[in-house]
Amino acid sequence: MGLLDQRFENSNVFITSLDGLLNWARLSSLWQMQFGLACCAIEMMAASASNFDIMRFGVIPRATPRQVDVMFVAGTVTIKMASRIKRLYDQMSEPRYVISMGSCATCGGPYWEHGYHVLKGVDRVIPVDVYIPGCPPRPEALLEGIMKLQEKVRKESMVKKRA
Amino acid sequence: MTAQEIYDVLKTKFGDAITESKLDILQPWIRIVPDKTRDICLSLRDESVMQFDYLSCLSGVDYNNGTLGIVYHLTSMVHKQKIVLKTFCPKENPHIQSVSDVWGTANWHEREVFDLFGIIIDGHPDMRRILLPDDWEGNPLRKDYKVQEFYHGMKVPY
Repeated sequence: MGLLDQRFENSNVFITSLDGLLNWARLSSLWQMQFGLACCAIEMMAASASNFDIMRFGVIPRATPRQVDVMFVAGTVTIKMASRIKRLYDQMSEPRYVISMGSCATCGGPYWEHGYHVLKGVDRVIPVDVYIPGCPPRPEALLEGIMKLQEKVRKESMVKKRA
Repeated sequence: MTAQEIYDVLKTKFGDAITESKLDILQPWIRIVPDKTRDICLSLRDESVMQFDYLSCLSGVDYNNGTLGIVYHLTSMVHKQKIVLKTFCPKENPHIQSVSDVWGTANWHEREVFDLFGIIIDGHPDMRRILLPDDWEGNPLRKDYKVQEFYHGMKVPY
């Protein structure tokens, strides 16, 4: 019976799967890349401040793509900015996630028809894990999005291929 | 100094370069020819009776009849008065003189007009696009503008 034959009472041992351990570690420290582009960034800042306290989810804002797990694309992605987003996304180390915050980042928002300069959805340049609707979404919506992403991370497996 | 007096000063000095005006309205305007713009503006700025030392706004316009134009809103801080200048140019060959050496403010405004309307500003020190990427096609604020299908592999329309 292997491990189960051992006596565990005094040695602080618990048993879990490696996937479970890694996923728990990852979802509990989703370091965030700040990518505030428009008014959604104000809500993102509000979510970081003390009333909503995004850090209780382990989300720590970082200003470099090399130290982060998740990118919040918060705001209107102009076509000029899209290539920069792509480059920063490429610099993030895997596993990496993207949250598209607000209508603009999701589908162009109010600029969908006449906004010649707006990319109609950030998913045209990088893959997106969670879309948050709203214009702009309230901080609670962003927290909900983070929890959705945590659910997704919890179900991942090292051996199964990532979608 | 009333708008009529400003008009009279300009008319006696520049004659045919002043082509049209409407002076009995809230924002009286004077139409000038595009290739005398700089001289007229210098005169408006420097003559002691006018002293329009501040360019409040410089806008491009597409009148949707084959004509483009620039509208200058001028303010005199000294005499507390305002005047509007209009200049027109044909869409096929849009050229208007630069006033960026008269009011420094005009520099970026004229680049914006060049960017979004495609009016070529003669005598501008740095005639490049200011908002859109350098390799963008077309001038978005023209009435007949059609957005390009792709930009560097990214689909532009919805």
